[in-house]
Amino acid sequence: MKGQEYLKNAVTLELDADKCTGCGMCATVCPHRVFEIEGKRAVIVDRDACMECGACGRNCPVEAITVRSGVGCAVAVLTRLLRGSEITCDCCGGPHNGTF
Amino acid sequence: MVEKTDSLSFITCNNRRIPRVPTELVFADRLGGWKARWGINRMKYLVEPGLYAVGNPDADSVVLVSANYKLSFDALRKQLSGLDAWLMVLDTKGVNVWCAAGKGTFGTDEIVRRIELVKLEKIVNHRRIIVPQLAAPGVAAHEVKKRCGFSVVYGPVRAADIIAFIEAGMKATEAMRRVRFSLHDRLVLTPMEFVMGAKYLVFSVALLFILAGLSAAGYSSDLAVKNGVRSAVNLLAAYLGGTVVGPVLLPWLPGRSFSFKGCFVGVVVGVVLMLLKLTGGRLETIAWVLLVAAVASFATMNFTGASTYTSLSGVKKEVRVALPLQVIAAVLGAGMWVASRFADGTIRI
Repeated sequence: MKGQEYLKNAVTLELDADKCTGCGMCATVCPHRVFEIEGKRAVIVDRDACMECGACGRNCPVEAITVRSGVGCAVAVLTRLLRGSEITCDCCGGPHNGTF
Repeated sequence: MVEKTDSLSFITCNNRRIPRVPTELVFADRLGGWKARWGINRMKYLVEPGLYAVGNPDADSVVLVSANYKLSFDALRKQLSGLDAWLMVLDTKGVNVWCAAGKGTFGTDEIVRRIELVKLEKIVNHRRIIVPQLAAPGVAAHEVKKRCGFSVVYGPVRAADIIAFIEAGMKATEAMRRVRFSLHDRLVLTPMEFVMGAKYLVFSVALLFILAGLSAAGYSSDLAVKNGVRSAVNLLAAYLGGTVVGPVLLPWLPGRSFSFKGCFVGVVVGVVLMLLKLTGGRLETIAWVLLVAAVASFATMNFTGASTYTSLSGVKKEVRVALPLQVIAAVLGAGMWVASRFADGTIRI
């Protein structure tokens, strides 16, 4: 989305094309439309749009996708850094506006 | 505390009384939602997990799965008017679908467990559940199928698209599958952003008032009030810039990192404060530009968690670069501000 592109070349998303069976689950679940199915294989068409939510990897039945998933939240990163503990997530409003 | 949904009625299915949820929100729902937005009792805004009915469902009706955060539950049910469906609410500890999926509480285990608990196989003839697409980080569709026989169909991202999705034969358009972060989405998140660090703001303002009385001629309570009010206004402007202006203007601000966007807002706010003659003498003005930029940058950086498109790797990368700069600017700014108590305005030979 225009003006909503995060840092370039930062994400850990990898796709092993040899393992891919082209089932299309990754393309279905990705909220940023990072994958497309071309022929019988998934391809990464917009890698920088990946937010590492981990939905694709979790739903890949042949484990062709690896991604170090996590929540892109500076408060969580800082809390781990400074206190060594996890936040309880009662801090932000959370992105759930009218989402199903 | 579990919120009671008003005017609950029940339907009977297999000799079980299943509560029917209304698809219209009442005043109490709206008030509760507003309070949650401001962080009041937000983590206790729950719905009882379990099976609910929408309309008059039968054994062939669809099954929708959702979280037990009442704000999410309300956002969902108000979109289901005219639909006959089953609604299976998971125990996500009062956290919304997407965040709960990220933590794993909205996950494969809880779905399988809940299907067993509500005896879903006795309620419906088919073996299919519609799970929100945003739950996919926590749910492995193929594992759910293997463990309990139910197929997971990923529904749309937004509740408003559910009926269209079902009418299209469980097919989502590309637009339905894409998450957005509209002006409205960002706006409703800002109260929480503001509340989040408010205690630090109050503490800092108190400190500014105390220190504002310092001068080369000793301590003056008149100065404390005069400069304290001015300083409090500057700090509040910086905080509002970072927690409200930055998030609202997000896509139109330059740069990709949130800290840079926030810093840009901070510099603009600093210049405006200067033009309004609120920043004092020369040294104090430099101090304020540094302080305002640091505060706004830090506050907007913290909005990454509420946004819908930042990755953990990206945030780590951003924090590594931005945090040291923010700290340096804040320390320098604070030092210069204290120094300006003794220099600016009261300069003597």
